This record gives sequence, structure tokens and C-alpha cells, in this order.
Amino acid sequence: MERLPSWIRQHLAAVRAVIVLTLVTGAIYPLLVTGVAQAVFNHKANGSMTDKGSELIGQKFTDADGNPVKKYFQSRPSAAGDGYDMLSTAASNLGPEDVLDVLPDPNGADDAAKEGKQSLLTQVCARSKAIGELEGVSGARPFCAPDGVGAVLKVFPAIGTPTRAVSVNQACPAQPFVAEFQGVKVECGKPGEDYAAGRTVPVRGNVTDVKVPADAVTASGSGLDPHISVAYAQLQAARVAKERGKPVEAVRKLIADNTTGRALGFMGEPGVNVLMLNLALDKE
Amino acid sequence: MGWIFIASLVLALVITHKPLGDYMYRVYTSVKHNVVERFIYRLLGVQADSEMRWAVYARSLLAFSVISLLVLYGLQRLQDKLFLSLGFDPVPDHIAWNTAVSFVTNTNWQAYSGESTMGHLVQMSGLAVQNFVSAAVGMAVAITLVRGFARRGTDTLGNFWVDLVRGTIRILLPIAFVGALVLVAGGLVQNFIGPHEIAGLTGPTNMTGGPVASQEVIKELGTNGGGFYNTNSAHPFENATGWTNWFEIFLILLIPFALPRTFGKMVGQIRQGYAILAVMGVIALFSVTLTNVFELAGDATVPQAIGAALEGKDVRFGVANSATFGAATTLTSTGAVDSFHDSYTPFGGMMTLFNMMLGEVAPGGVGAGLYGMLILAVITVFVAGLMVGRTPEYLGKKIGAREIKLASMYFLVTPILVLVGTALAMGNEAGLAAMLNSGPHGFSEILYAFTSASNNNGSAFGGVTVNTPWYDVALGLCMLFGRFLPIVFVLALAGSLAKQTPVPETAGTLPTHRPQFVGMVVGVTIILVALTFLPALALGPLAEGLLS
Repeated sequence: MERLPSWIRQHLAAVRAVIVLTLVTGAIYPLLVTGVAQAVFNHKANGSMTDKGSELIGQKFTDADGNPVKKYFQSRPSAAGDGYDMLSTAASNLGPEDVLDVLPDPNGADDAAKEGKQSLLTQVCARSKAIGELEGVSGARPFCAPDGVGAVLKVFPAIGTPTRAVSVNQACPAQPFVAEFQGVKVECGKPGEDYAAGRTVPVRGNVTDVKVPADAVTASGSGLDPHISVAYAQLQAARVAKERGKPVEAVRKLIADNTTGRALGFMGEPGVNVLMLNLALDKE
Repeated sequence: MGWIFIASLVLALVITHKPLGDYMYRVYTSVKHNVVERFIYRLLGVQADSEMRWAVYARSLLAFSVISLLVLYGLQRLQDKLFLSLGFDPVPDHIAWNTAVSFVTNTNWQAYSGESTMGHLVQMSGLAVQNFVSAAVGMAVAITLVRGFARRGTDTLGNFWVDLVRGTIRILLPIAFVGALVLVAGGLVQNFIGPHEIAGLTGPTNMTGGPVASQEVIKELGTNGGGFYNTNSAHPFENATGWTNWFEIFLILLIPFALPRTFGKMVGQIRQGYAILAVMGVIALFSVTLTNVFELAGDATVPQAIGAALEGKDVRFGVANSATFGAATTLTSTGAVDSFHDSYTPFGGMMTLFNMMLGEVAPGGVGAGLYGMLILAVITVFVAGLMVGRTPEYLGKKIGAREIKLASMYFLVTPILVLVGTALAMGNEAGLAAMLNSGPHGFSEILYAFTSASNNNGSAFGGVTVNTPWYDVALGLCMLFGRFLPIVFVLALAGSLAKQTPVPETAGTLPTHRPQFVGMVVGVTIILVALTFLPALALGPLAEGLLS
């Protein structure tokens, strides 16, 4: 051993070091943690399971067609697979200025063009509108057109006095959300037309009283968010109570029972565990 | 509430930095080996008491990293032949290469989705092992540089194998063991369950498990950041509650904020350690505050429509705590995420980018943060020396031509990798195809990817599609050079410092423990980074934020 050149000795020591440290940190350590965790925190170490799934992992409460089951509280939107899929967790990763849709173009060159692509803004607007309809309140939000797409104009030319304005997320023959922009008549969007050269102008509109809470219209980071905000739960209470023929107060009490506050009063935010709330409803 | 959250973290770190820093000082300066260590050195066939010159130290470190790389690559390629593979196929070659480099370099950039690619064996005995040892390597390099300042007239710097083993066994393992159990108590899973279908309330749903807690804790403690699952620390099985979120941020910051104390003790002047700590603290607090302000303001079209910057964030963490995690993970070299930076507001997202561009020195990765900050201190005394026309010195060691050349080369590595890499990607079909978002935000995605890889962070503006051969190779090279070139320069610098005998302090010596020096280092850090990266930031997040 001592007679080998030093660089070979170094690599031999390296091979042994990788093996030994793998045994220590990659076998003994995790197995020891597993042993203690299984013995002391058995329920938690195995995923905090109820007989209808883990209480930590969100689920979608929809029927086979993907429509909300009305007697259940609904979770947040999810970008994990078809929604709440533990084997393909994901966030949307769409940016804060993602406001331009690709309109579905029946004459498009490929499937992607035929299907089009909704911007994050339009997704938010569409969800808000659908939830508003489901809960019987207004789904209106700032920067959203009444038909549930992002209220965004492309103005031409990009710099200078406008000569043309297009509501790019509203496919013809839709009625544009505003009739004119700085004296120019607003057109509806034509699928397949390239509006990239224009200036992007999102239009806030005059909505001030937003009824659908923020968490209801956004996909979570995990794609498995088990919670909704207290506000979103309260919004759903009337509908769930009506479907179940229960007094709203009883449902509101269950919401309170399944609300987790901030840890130690300052860590995180309060949330309502949707699965546990729905299980509690079924039990009554 | 978000401000109390930050204040409580600061308080916890103030309480822990002293005992932990002192403990690490004893670990790295003790002459005794314990029974387990003696046994390990026998197995390794190394002479634990022989000291190494810098070049030998560097070669041992590189040999260890090369072997780690090969083993980790092999484990992934052969996982279907081994046990606990959960039936997954071998990892494709370009992803296996990228992942092996990523974990060996303490980056933990992930071009794969954990729950559908990696079996439990690869996670537990491959990836998690590198979480430990790559962190121990980082600490070893930092300690070696400190020895360069502390020692006089010698050409030896310690023994790599001893530093590696002690860092792993005496520092990381005990904290990880306790921390893992705390996390399990919070709801993280620790089992060997694989993917299967279970009954949900309205239909069948997928479920999976894994030895998550034991990996989660070292992923944060070692500032690694590679998630067991695709959505990383946003996943409820990796981060179950508001308080596990607090604890994970605490673990990320624990060692980096304690190392300056170790440094101060080793050079025999604790106040020098506190000066470095102050620089880190000032920059970190400033950055955490700004990230919170930008995210809470929610200033961009979509967050305005939503009413809060809640896209990509989970309810149990909320906007403020998510922003704090995002800042902590990029100020260190962690790159774990509990919310998705791609969906942050333009300026909030820019903060995460800017944090990484600072070179991850406030407080930086375990070890890497300290040596990065010491390099900046060296550059600062050099700049100050130029201003008054004196030979610069730091801690009694002259910063001559050789020293400042090494420090400059250290500093130049990452900007070159980031800017050249981004430019190549923007001028290349394969590079452009990966953008999810268009316009300035798409550019930010690419810039973020190269910044993250070259700084060994590993977080992503996740929209970018990185599991293509072009990106796997390009980012793999960035990670490799971004990690090991600076390490070699640091070790060389340590070697040349250790040889010097200290010059006595005179009236002309710049005191390096006063607020004046702290202010200068902060200034030099921010000016250097701003000059280097402002043009790139202007094309990405600044353009996006100002146009909206």
C-alpha cells in the first residue's frame, strides 16, 4: 500500500471513504431514524392516515366528470397531474405577468395550436367566475372580463397614438369588454393572429368588492394543499348546508372545529383542512 | 405576524450561534480521535495525524468528489437491479449525470421529479449521503482557509479525511438525528411505502411515502435543498405545518450563522468573527425584509387580480412566511423551496435571484458562505489598501499579488459561468425552447437557472424545462466548475497565507472588526455584484416589474 503512487492511494482512500460514509449516513442513520420514528410517532411516520386518505394531503372532491360534488367543501385548484396527484406533484410556475392567452385555433398547425393555452390571468378569472356561479355570488375580479378571461388589450403601434386595439383573450365573435380604448374601437381576438408587436395593456376595470377569496383561484405550491382559507370555507358553507339539508350554523361550527390556527400564534396562517371537514360532515 | 416570525428566527440564531460555533471550534481543533473515528480511519487506510499541504488537501478532496460522482451515477443507472427501486426504470444518462453532479456539488438542482424517478435506495443511500458529505466538504474548505489565517510559517493545513469525517459524524449527524425526529413529530413521514392507490373520499387517489424526514433534515441543515418529492418543501410530507416551516428555515441558517464564531475563535480574535457575522446579518435582514415587502405588496397584474401573490404558495405557510423561506433558501446555497419563485412578483422573484448573485455569502452555504465572505473581506482590504496607498493586510497576513490574484479568480468564476451560460442558452434553439413564460420573464427563467447552478443553489424558476440533454450537460458543467474551481482557489490561498508569519499591527493597519469595516464589506459586496449583474437583471425582472 505504501509503495503505491500517492494519487492512487488518495483514490483508494476516497473509494473506501465513500463506502464507509454511505454505510453510516445512508444506511445506519436513516434506519435508526425510521426505527425510532415508527416506534414513537407511528401514526405520523406513516402519513397521518385516515381511512379516506392522509389528513395532510389534499384531495379533489369532484365526480367522474371533474365537476364539484356539491355536498362537499372544495379544495384549491391544483397543478399536480389532473389535480392532487401525489405521483406528479407540481406548481403551475406561471409568472406574475402571464396575461396573454393563445386562443384555440381550429386551423392550427399542430395540437398545441388547436388547443390554445390559457394564461395564468385567464385561469384566475375563469376559476373566479365558475366559483361565483357555484356559490351564487359575483365572481368578478380586477383585470377580469365578464366572460371569465383576462381583460387585456394589445394596442398598436406599441409606442405613440393608438390606431388599433384588440382584446386578445376574447376570441371572436365575443363582445370585447370595453367598446373603445383612447378613441379607438376595440376588436375581438382572432385565433392564430400574431399580436406580439403590440403594447400589452391589462385593464383593471372598476371591481372593488371581490367575493371569491384569493386561495380559491390560485394553484398551491405543493399541488396537494390540504387547506383552504377560512374565508373560502365560509363562502362554501351555505351551499353545503343547503345540499345536506342542515342549518348553516351547524356547518359553520364544523368549519371552526377543523380550522388550524397559527402555530404558537405567529407561525404560518390559519387554514381549514378540507378532507377532515368533509369527513366530519359525513359523520354527522 | 410575518415580522414576529422573522424576529423569532433571529432570536433563535442569536441563542444557538455561540454554543454551536464554540462546539465546531473544538471539533476542528481537537487533537483526539474518538473510537468510532479511529475505526473509520483504519478502514480508510489513512494516517489521521499526518498533516497535508494545500495541494494534497485539494487532490484528496477532488478524489473524494470524483468517486462520489461515479458512485452516485452508478446507483441511479443501476437502480432497477438493486432493492427498493419501487419498480422505477434506470435514470436516463443525462439526468443521472446532472443529478450526480448536482448532489456532489451541494447544489441539488433537480432535473427530475423525485416521486416518479428515484427509488428509496437512491434517495436514502445515494442522494442523502451526498447531502451529508458535500456539506462536510464545504465546512472542511472553510476551516482550511481559516487555518491559513490562523497558522504561521507552515505549509500544512490539516487533514482532509479527518475534517470530512469529523464534520459528518460530530456535527451533522447528531443534529440531523434529533432534527429528523422533531420533523416526524410535526407530521413528516419516515417509512418505506412506495406508490400505491388508496380510497379517497370521492374516488381512488394516489399515495406514496419514503424515508423523508431523515433526508429532509439534512437537506436543510447541509444547505443542500434537493427535495424528496418534486414540490420540495411545499409538499406536506416534507413540510407539514407552519411550525415545521419555521424549523426548516432555522435549520438552513443554523450552521452558516454559527461558523463566523468558529472562525473568530480559531484566529484568536472573537471580534473578527463578529464583524463577519455582522456583514452577513445586515445583508440577510435587508434581503428578507425586501422580499417580504415585495411579496406582500403583490405589485403585478396577476397578483392584483388575485388579491395577493398566492399563486404557487400553500395556505398553511401564507405569503409572508413563504417569502422568508424564499429569501433564506437563496441567501444560503440551499435551494429548497416552500413556494414557487417563478410565480413570485417581479421584484420578489428578483430578490431571490439577487441573493444568489451576491455569491451566497449572507450567510451562504455551510462552509461555502464563510469562505466566500472571507474572500470578499480580502478584496475589501485590498480596495481599502489601494485608497490609502498601503500594503493591505487581513488578520496580520499580507494580501500580496498572489493572494489577490487567487481572490479575484475566485470571484470571477461564477459571473463568467452565469453570463456566458445564459448568453449561450439565449443564442441557441435548444436553450430557448425550454422557456415556459415569454418575454422578460422567460429570460429570467434562463438567467435564474444558470445563476442557481453556478452558485450551487439548486432552486429554480421552475417553469424552465431543464430535463433536456442540452440543459443537463450545460448546467452540470456550471455546477461542477462553480463548485470546484473556487474551492481550489480557496485552498491555494489558504496555503499561501499559512506560509506567512504575521506582520505586527501598526497605526496604519486597517482595523477589521469595527462597524466601518463591516460597512465597507457590505458596500464592496453589493457594488461588485451590482456592476456584474445589473445589465442582466435589467433585461429580466427589472424590465418585467417596471413595464407592468
